[in-house]
Amino acid sequence: MRMRAPVSTAIAIAVGIVVLLGYFIPIALLQNIRMLLLGWAVAIMGVAALVGILNMVGVHWRRIRGEQNRDYYSLIFLLAFIITFVVGLWLTPADPMFQRVVTSIQVPVATTFMALLAVSLAYSSLRLLQKQHGVMAVVFLISTLVFLVLLSGYMPMSSDLPVVNSAIGFLNRLPLAGARGILLGVALGGLTTGLRILMGADRPYSG
Amino acid sequence: MSTENLIGLFVVLLGAGLIFAFGVLRKDRSARSLRPIHAIQQFRRAIGLAVEDGKGLHVSLGKASLLDPDNTSALAGLCTLERLGQISMVSDHPPIATSGEGALAILSKDTLRSVYRSGNALEQFDPDQGQLSGPTPFAYVAGAIPVVRDKRVFTNVLMGNFGPEAALLCDAADQNKTFTLAVSDSLPAQSVFYAAAEEPLIGEEMFALPAYLQAGPFHQASVQTQDLLRWVVMILMGLGVIYKILNQLFGISLL
Repeated sequence: MRMRAPVSTAIAIAVGIVVLLGYFIPIALLQNIRMLLLGWAVAIMGVAALVGILNMVGVHWRRIRGEQNRDYYSLIFLLAFIITFVVGLWLTPADPMFQRVVTSIQVPVATTFMALLAVSLAYSSLRLLQKQHGVMAVVFLISTLVFLVLLSGYMPMSSDLPVVNSAIGFLNRLPLAGARGILLGVALGGLTTGLRILMGADRPYSG
Repeated sequence: MSTENLIGLFVVLLGAGLIFAFGVLRKDRSARSLRPIHAIQQFRRAIGLAVEDGKGLHVSLGKASLLDPDNTSALAGLCTLERLGQISMVSDHPPIATSGEGALAILSKDTLRSVYRSGNALEQFDPDQGQLSGPTPFAYVAGAIPVVRDKRVFTNVLMGNFGPEAALLCDAADQNKTFTLAVSDSLPAQSVFYAAAEEPLIGEEMFALPAYLQAGPFHQASVQTQDLLRWVVMILMGLGVIYKILNQLFGISLL
């Protein structure tokens, strides 16, 4: 089988190993190379963000020009983008008036999304029992209700009764234990994913 | 070198050794040898139906920056995208990847282009298949919703780093009556996916998805390694608890 993009694979593996060793082994030369490579990565990420924006503009441009299913929301997007870009270049993003105008559009839109999200989540939670009939769906709903009450601010978080204090302490620690369990699994999964890339088994680049 | 760094290096080398050993020595290389996960079984069925109907797949890769520690979810997402691209390349409607970060969008486009090039079908590749749908969390969701609502999309995969706003994508998919498999490395997104997605995966199952899609022997080896390392961590934690109890009760100290 012909190896896909051997040069870019070799460079990616070598850079990955140097950065990893620089993290663990305190040798000045390794750490200097690591910092240099990370500096390059930051610069490349900045350029990638710009390329990503150009890609987004291109996608919306093609949506307007498409012969079928023309999306006129894309026209609004492009107009807003061009106006913001030109005014931002002219006034600079630090200009208080520019910031005020952008914020007074962005904040209400984001707030609307938050409100939609609250309704959508409440509806999804109610439908959970309909979708999943298992014990875990019931446990999920009960725990949601318990923590809504516990964290509502109306429940006293300390009491004269030690049993109540212990019960509240236990309930507060319970999600932490679950969260740590999930995060440990995610960390191990992240480790093996990173190692697959270092071994060249995964190549999220075509070269 | 500090003890933490020494342990870290040991775990990395152990993990690499195990993946290599399992990858080379493994005899049964089919996904059947892995434990069945209901969500993934449903997902495989949904992929088959999408390809049969000539409909498309949408892979949402999240908004992880490749410079942040949470980038592994995005990398696992790219690996899944590659495998899904290979499976659905024959479909009438090509797979689409949306992301909330510039570099991730470029990589998703590059991954799909490489799939088409490997399949000698580069002329079928459309540059819009890998797109940045928005650079901020809400903009990302707002930009991805039209893709989810597209009638030509039958299956959605939400895989990567999301915030709770990703519930809106699940809601859009639900309204469009399309299948959604959702998983994230972020706890808030994980909890909303559990409530809102048709088939959620939990935690490390995200990293096992490429292995279930038969991406290669090293992917299955990495799942085995993950399981083995999880047992090591569990045993070490159990020993730590016993040691702490003995230390509290009898004052036994090894340090």
